[in-house]
This record gives sequence, C-alpha cells and structure tokens, in this order.
Amino acid sequence: MPEITRHDVLVIGGGLAGLRAAVAIHDAGHDVAVLSKVYPIRSHSGAAQGGVNASLGNHPEGHDDSWEKHAFDTIKGSDYLADQPRAEILAQDAPARVIEMEHWGAYFSRFPDGRIAQRPFGGAGFPRTCYAADRTGHQLLHTLWEQCIKRGITFLNEWFITRFVTSGGRVVGAVAMHVPSGELAAFGADATVLAGGGYGRVFAKTTNAYINTGSATAAAYIAGARLEDAEFVQFHPTTLFGTNILISEGVRGEGGHLANAEGNRFMDRYAPSVMELAPRDIVARAIQTEIDEGRGFEGGYVHLDIRHLGADVIMSRLPGIRQIAMDFAGVDPIETPIPVQPGQHYSMGGLSCDEDGATDVPGLLACGECSCVSVHGSNRLGGNSLLETLVFGKRAGDRAAGLVGGGSASDGALSAALEDARRSIAALKSRGGRERQDAVRREMQSVMTEKVGLFREERPLAGAVDAIAGLKERHRNVSLANTGEPFNYDLIDTLELGGMLELAHVTAAGALARTESRGSHWRTDHPARNDDDWLKHTMATHVEGGEPAIGYEDVIITSYEPMERKY
Amino acid sequence: MAKTARTFRIRRYDPAEDAAPSYREYVIDVPEGMTVLEALIRIQAEQDGTLAFRYACRGAVCGSCAMAIDGVVRLACRTQVRGLEGETVTVDPLPNLEVVKDLVVDMDSFFEKDFAVEPWLQPAEPAPERERPVSPDDWTEAEPYTNCILCASCHGVCPVAARDPEYLGPAALAKHYRFLADARDGAGEKRLKLVDSEAGVWGCDVVWSCSKICPKGVRPTKGILATRERVKP
Repeated sequence: MPEITRHDVLVIGGGLAGLRAAVAIHDAGHDVAVLSKVYPIRSHSGAAQGGVNASLGNHPEGHDDSWEKHAFDTIKGSDYLADQPRAEILAQDAPARVIEMEHWGAYFSRFPDGRIAQRPFGGAGFPRTCYAADRTGHQLLHTLWEQCIKRGITFLNEWFITRFVTSGGRVVGAVAMHVPSGELAAFGADATVLAGGGYGRVFAKTTNAYINTGSATAAAYIAGARLEDAEFVQFHPTTLFGTNILISEGVRGEGGHLANAEGNRFMDRYAPSVMELAPRDIVARAIQTEIDEGRGFEGGYVHLDIRHLGADVIMSRLPGIRQIAMDFAGVDPIETPIPVQPGQHYSMGGLSCDEDGATDVPGLLACGECSCVSVHGSNRLGGNSLLETLVFGKRAGDRAAGLVGGGSASDGALSAALEDARRSIAALKSRGGRERQDAVRREMQSVMTEKVGLFREERPLAGAVDAIAGLKERHRNVSLANTGEPFNYDLIDTLELGGMLELAHVTAAGALARTESRGSHWRTDHPARNDDDWLKHTMATHVEGGEPAIGYEDVIITSYEPMERKY
Repeated sequence: MAKTARTFRIRRYDPAEDAAPSYREYVIDVPEGMTVLEALIRIQAEQDGTLAFRYACRGAVCGSCAMAIDGVVRLACRTQVRGLEGETVTVDPLPNLEVVKDLVVDMDSFFEKDFAVEPWLQPAEPAPERERPVSPDDWTEAEPYTNCILCASCHGVCPVAARDPEYLGPAALAKHYRFLADARDGAGEKRLKLVDSEAGVWGCDVVWSCSKICPKGVRPTKGILATRERVKP
C-alpha cells in the first residue's frame, strides 16, 4: 500500500450502514473505498437476529399499519426523546429500503402468499418486523456485501483507523494501520462516512462482539464531533446467562414466556396489556427486579420458555436461537427453558448528526449505531436498528456523494498526520512501566456494568465518573508486552482502550447529570420522567485531558405531544 | 467454581521470521464454560501478545475463528475446552489455506473463489414495485445454503481443495447453488457454465466431509450433486 491513497469518499466500517452508504456512493458514480478492521462480513450487523421493521402490511393483522403508525410507535418507544421529523423519515423510507434488499437477494422468510413474512415485536402496534428466520442480520449483511462485490467497490480489509485527518477544520481522511503488517498509511477523501458500529464492550456484560469497541467513534469525538445522548444505553432483556449472547426479541414475538424461579409469568405485574412484548427497557427492568428481589435463579437469571411453541415452530422460525442455547448453555429449548438475564446491547447515543448523516465537523458523516440521528431517543424499539442502518446509511452515502469535488486534503496534511501517528505509536512502543491494558479494560468494564447499568443512582454514578478518570490516568501509563509489527493486538487493544475510556466517561457523566428517568436511563433517586427540565438531548464535547464538556439541545417535536408512556 | 489447568499446544509460524512452523505450549486455568477462543484470548493477553488469530463475535455467527482443534476443524468460539478429551489441547491453523501468521490464514484467496461464482441475485425481469413473491415451497430449497457464514471450515477439510488449488471448493459451490436454486434468479444457464468443469462441480470427490463439518448445517455436497443433475444435458 502506498503511503497516501485517495478516494472520492472513504467509508469507515463494513457493517450494514457502511456497506449501504458505499452502494449509494458508487451508484452516484463516485469512487469509494470501505475500510474495516475486519472483513466486512465479520461485522456485528451479522449477529442481528429478529428482524427489520417496515409497515408493509403483509401480516393478516397488519393491514391497517402505516408509516405514520410506525413513526408514532418509534417516538413513543423513545419516551419522546427522538427527533420527530427524523423518526418519520425512518418509518417513511422503511418499505423502500426493505423491498430493495429483497430485490438484491436477501432471503426473507415468506408468508403462504409469497410475500415477506412479518412478526410482532415489542412496542409495535402491528406485526411489522420483517425477518429471515432468526438470522436477519446475517442475510442482510451478506446480501449487501455481495452487492458491493458485484459493483467492484474497493475494500480495505483489516485496516484499523488510528485517527482522522483534519485540515482547516474539515475532516479530509484518516490514518489507519494494516493489522496483518502493522504498516501505517493515510487515506485522503473529499468526504468520510463513519459507520463504526456500537461500543458495548465498554461494559462487562454485553451482547456485543469483541470488536465493538467504538474506537473510530472515539476518534471522531476527539476530532471535534459531539456525542449525543450517550447515557441512553439499551440493556437487552434476554441475553444468555453465562456468555450474554443475544437471545432475540423474536423469541417473545413468536410467543415465548418469561418465568421466574417460582414459576410465575411475572410480566403481568409490569406490563399487563402487552406482557412479554413490552419495549426492551421495561422488560429488562422487570427481569432485573425479579432477580434483585430474590425471585430469580441462583446466579441471577430467569427462564425464557418456548416449549409450548413445539418443535416445528422452533426449528423453522428460531433455529439459530436453538443452536445458540445448545452450544453455549447446553440446553435444548424444545425441552428446557433458556436461562436469560439483561445485558448491554445497543447505544442509542452516538455522534450527533442530521437526517443526512452530517456531523458537527465538515467532511465527516456518520450512520448506523455509532451515530445519533436521533430516531431512538432514550429507548430503541427492536427491529429499528437494522432499519436505521439501511435508511440512514443510504442517506449518508447520498450526502457524501454530493460532497465529492468539494475539496480534499493536500498531501502535506495527510503526510503530516501520518508522521504524527507514527511518532505516537513509536512512543507507545518504547514506553516503560508495568501497567497492562487488559487490567485497565477489565476494571472499566466492571465499573460500567456495576455503576452505570440498568438501575442508576447519584453516588455510584459519581463514583463511576471518578473511576473512569482514574483509569484514563492509568491508561497513560500502559506499556506494551508486544512491540512487534504483524497482528499486534496488544498495541491495537491499547489504542482502542483509550477511545473506550472516552466513551465510558461521556456515558457516565451524562447519566450522572440527567436527574430523571426516561426510557433506558433509570435513576432510582429520580424515578419519574421530567419533561420540564429534561426533554432535551445531552451533547458532549471532548476536552483534551479533562472532563467532557456537557451541554444540551432541544428535542425536535412536531407532530406528537409527549404523553405518559404506558403499555 | 472448580478450575483445572490445561496445556495448549499451539502451532506458531511467522513466515517472515521462521524457517518452519513449531509448537509452543501454554498452561492456563480453564473454568467451566470457557471456550477455546476465550482461552486463546487469555493466553494472548497474559502470556504471549505475539500470538495471532482472528475473532469477532464469539457467538458462532461471524465466521472468523475456524481452526483445527485437536485435529478437528471447528469454530474456536463454539468449542468448550472442557468438552475436549486429554490433558493437552492442540491448536493448528485451518488447513488448505496459506498461513499468514500462527492461526491466521489467507482468506483473500478463499473469497476470490466465492466471487468467481457471481454470488449476487441476477433476476431475468426488472424489479417490481413490491417484493418478488416466493411461495414457501419454492423458498425451501435454497434456504439452508443462505446460512453459510464463509468461515471456510468446509474448505479446510476438503480433500480436493487440499490437492488442487484451482478447485472452487465446497463454500463457493454451495453459494453457487444458493443462487441457482433461488426461485427469483434468472441466470441459471450462465451459472451452470461457471461450474461445469473439474474446478467446479465435477471436481468434487463426494466424500461429504464438508457437509459433516459445517457449523451452520449447510451441505455443500448436496448442492454440488443437485447442480450436476442440472448440468447434465
């Protein structure tokens, strides 16, 4: 690889959002390269199970569904923190994006009439979640990758971004490291689209892949993009006890029941009208309450029971879940309930951007989980994240295509950034000391899970903010056990940890400041929503060497007056 | 929770540095529930940061971590250490692909074979406004093949891939059949020509090793035989 390479647009991240953006940029006639730290089909989009929402009205009970109802459910589910015109775009564009994926080959499950099958999901007024058994993310990811291969789109596989390059206040590309060789190179572009995914690995118990560290998101934050609503972290109600691998909401959509150790179907006490199909924040708190009040099983879990669905339904609609339960918990759900507990799953917050992905920094766009448009507000509905990647991936790609020709970096800016990156990595490799990244990382993860989890309170949150600040100090003293070049995960993990600590810091600080309960953010010391003071987005700005600077912005409210959220 | 120590004997090779591969041993405590992937991560973090292997999801969906564990090709993330017999666990890279370093093999050559079968839907008719309807009966044939995660386990156990680098291999041929059997696809004639060769469906030894090893239950051999039926004049 030459030291400096140029493309019209650089896409960072090869999951669904990044690939959808790349297709849009290519189809607009521009040269695009997708840079990913893994092969794109290894991205975590592929682990999404239950489905993607679109008001197709294919379900026998879905004839009266509409994009307006989808938008309303999304806004209500967000506990009114979503920016309403953007939630409307999400719902309005949904049918076209899902149908397009079908046209490109995605292998959706079908109703007997041949149309795309849809299932009920939490918080939705109609069954509108389109699915491919319980492997929807896998189907969509491989289909989009194949579409990219067909188009001859350039892939930079196993390149890890170390920083964005800025020039005159504009992002003009990135510096990245080739993981197999350790080689550094600069990539210049007229526009850069970041689709870096989530950062669940800042927590100890998470459904997220090992790779979901948010390192590129942190790099964008350090480059000047603001982080919005990071304190809103989705804890999925049903993750497999032991490994926290996702057990899809589709399991409850197909009729699965939750039961405590006393054998009671406890959701009747928390959401009597919709039971297990309440939104995720409500079900997750219900399960945790059962566990905390002594009605869970030893170790801290409850049962997700699908035995009554019968072997045929389980084998045809939930085959992947059955496999996961057998491989990782040693139980066959046809015969035995699945042991589940809540775990971190999704970041509603992210890089603040508009409906076309534009961040605060010119030249830098964001889409997918790393972004905050904001359509999920304080709680995302199941089936809306795959949808977000397709809708806003395309829109960010279209916007990026429109920026081509609008000025790119001088060789000087790129080579200066490259030299600077080389110097800092050389300095890290020669640093002495006994601190190891692995120990600091584990401590961060346990602080976040214990103190910034499902139930939050002032003192533990303040303790978490202090602890993270202390861990940042320790991170500055980390030295490497491996100073070699090829596949140096010790180096990459250390660099990533620096970014993870920034994201953890913003998450904890935002949670401490927000003295109300809304959606996923539950403060036991402030257990009510407070629209007078808190119907606003948290905006965090990076301050070198200090606490994040927290500000606020109004929520965009147009069609729907905030109401009490009951199910 | 009871812990037991296990020895991991891992094949190490850096083509830039080493004349030949060699094994290195590491001893770690193995708690209940620990997978081989978790063991490798522990070894890398605590004992030897130079150990190279790939991973991403740890849930058997991303396809990154296929390798030979005690001589059997499997996903490291899906393999319980305590489920393995013997005091020592031997870990080798996935066979039939060039070793880049340690347990990392060259996947580019593997993906090139996948691309050679034009793995994208090619309908005969322009797209309708809504989805193309597919009856559940038509849907069933291709579906199992769509579950391939391109982990290359099948390629690693294929005797033909072992001796013939030109052979497209079970993963690419399964992907080929996935589109051939897709009721929406209209490029059947062209698709058959792509694999009507010794490098294609006629190269298969029909020993079913790929179908037995697949962690996702895909049966490439079945697809290859069905394709042969279609190629026959």
